[in-house]
Amino acid sequence: MVSAVDLSASVGAVRLKNPVMPASGTFGFGADAARLYDITRLGGAVMKGVTKEPRFGNDQPRVTDCPAGMLNAVGLENPGIDSVMKQELPALARMYKGPIIANVCGFTVDEYAELAARFDESQDVAALEINISCPNVSHGGMAFGTDSVAAAAVTRAVRRASGKPIWVKLSPNVTDITRIARACEDEGADALCLINTLLGMRVDLRTRRPALANTFGGLSGPCALPVALRMVWQVYEAVRIPIVGMGGVSSARDAVEMTLAGASAVEIGTAALVDPSALIRVIDELPRVITEMGYARYADLVGKAHQGKG
Amino acid sequence: MRQGLYNVISNESVARGVYRLRLEGSTRALARAGQFADIRIDGVYLRRPFSVADWDDEGFVILYKVVGEGTRALAGARPGHSLDVILGLGNGFDETISRAPLLIGGGVGAPPLYALAKRFIGIGIKPVALLGFASRCDIILADELRALDCRVMVTLESEGERVTDRLDEASADRDRFYACGPEGMLRAVKRQCGLPGQLSLETRMACGVGLCRGCTCMTLTGGKRVCVEGPVFDKEALAW
Ligand SMILES: Cc1cc2nc3c(=O)[nH]c(=O)nc-3n(C[C@H](O)[C@H](O)[C@H](O)COP(=O)(O)OP(=O)(O)OC[C@H]3O[C@@H](n4cnc5c(N)ncnc54)[C@H](O)[C@@H]3O)c2cc1C
Ligand SMILES: Cc1cc2nc3c(=O)[nH]c(=O)nc-3n(C[C@H](O)[C@H](O)[C@H](O)COP(=O)(O)O)c2cc1C
Repeated sequence: MVSAVDLSASVGAVRLKNPVMPASGTFGFGADAARLYDITRLGGAVMKGVTKEPRFGNDQPRVTDCPAGMLNAVGLENPGIDSVMKQELPALARMYKGPIIANVCGFTVDEYAELAARFDESQDVAALEINISCPNVSHGGMAFGTDSVAAAAVTRAVRRASGKPIWVKLSPNVTDITRIARACEDEGADALCLINTLLGMRVDLRTRRPALANTFGGLSGPCALPVALRMVWQVYEAVRIPIVGMGGVSSARDAVEMTLAGASAVEIGTAALVDPSALIRVIDELPRVITEMGYARYADLVGKAHQGKG
Repeated sequence: MRQGLYNVISNESVARGVYRLRLEGSTRALARAGQFADIRIDGVYLRRPFSVADWDDEGFVILYKVVGEGTRALAGARPGHSLDVILGLGNGFDETISRAPLLIGGGVGAPPLYALAKRFIGIGIKPVALLGFASRCDIILADELRALDCRVMVTLESEGERVTDRLDEASADRDRFYACGPEGMLRAVKRQCGLPGQLSLETRMACGVGLCRGCTCMTLTGGKRVCVEGPVFDKEALAW
């Protein structure tokens, strides 16, 4: 019976053979992940965040952990759009035939539009994931994603620059995520991805200094799951466009929980850093979990937790 | 690279706060001295990386110092326990480029140099080892290296001496150095030692397998991942 489960998922017009994708920044540009597991099994492939210029990233140390998660301040290390268009993206497209999602990071609204236009030229890109957690350099470094006016401006600019489906990836470091979500929907976003990492820090007892060179880092992993679920729930109630849920998903049960809260597909990041086979394990376990719940189609679970009690 | 469960054979204190852990399981993924194992430890979320100090067909050995939560928990591992390990990570040292090697270790940087010494002995080359420790009760692997018939020089900070104080003497008839230890020591060795050399770097890692860019260090040809392109870098390549 288990084999009869239909795992197909859709995020608006983008169809996925299953709902499991790697979260940006934990998959590189595919080649590194392909050494570790069979990436052709993935429902979609989400690339590392790409900026206009190549970036080395932040100083060391960039990572540390806590009992149920980790903090990172990698600082968007990536080879820059020119290299990605010429090398990394075509290489991924040779290895992976499903939908490829380009994660886009700008430091000004124009930069987002420019990057969106560049990716628009490539047939290999199925959708753009607009990471609005980047610091807005023209506004004192506050992230675009923490201000609904700035988030709307970015969405509008990339909407104009590209005909591809636009998924806006929201920051959880806000008072009311539904305001930002609505602002992006109003400007034509095709889907919303949430959550990016939660701002946090740790202090090293030995050095008596912040554990990360950058002082603050993004918290992710299992400890983030309840926060992510709450936000996916809230955004599902607030908008009509589909949601890609992420934040702490580590098992098929977590993925289903995210789906019940309102996600049409999930991304898995940190769990794969501890156990590189995490995504394949989730894909393998989903049919059993869905069958045990008495369902035959993954897509039927989307948002089910919002329907009347009992 | 291989991920699997490895059985704890022994886990004993060998110096102040330093333990020697022997794990049983396939070592086919190990190709070179200087490669490392990424070990999942109950109680901390991310895996912890440790250099392989020795290996044979049945298993491998690490020597680790208790410095925090993860290593403290690891010290509690007992025979009969098993650990989830990703083995055979990183590039490792190249023993084919030296006929008269000098191995320079600081503290728990010595373990991969023991594995390297065995590789050299295996091809008929006898290395010289220069090891630095904080004090007498921190010394590791000096006797084991002597048992391989290597010449071993030990410096102790408690006696006011560092490895850099004896670099000239140690490198006299040598053609290349191989170093592993705290970053401060590595920088000093790179600056002061006239020989070409390879250095094994340590940075905090998240995945250890090349996915996250958590461990990147700067080289003259751009950022490189310590976990994949390293941990061993040529002296000439580092942007220090
Ligand atoms: C490739 C590689 C090989 C290694 N080989 C060995 C080895 O053979 N033997 C050994 O004892 N250790 C080795 N280490 C270091 C070892 O990984 C760390 O000591 C360990 O991860 C600490 O974990 P913890 O949870 O006990 O400490 P935490 O609680 O995470 O940290 C405790 C304290 O140790 C410091 N610390 C933690 N990790 C490092 C690090 N990588 N470098 C410098 N300071 C650190 C922190 O700043 C903090 O003050 C290696 C590291 C790398 C990257
Ligand atoms: C090491 C690391 C790097 C990341 N890099 C990016 C990135 O480049 N762009 C982005 O939008 N999100 C990035 N993220 C955030 C993840 O894509 C994801 O939103 C977040 O980690 C929550 O999911 P998780 O708990 O499953 O990891 C990164 C996360 C980690 C841990």
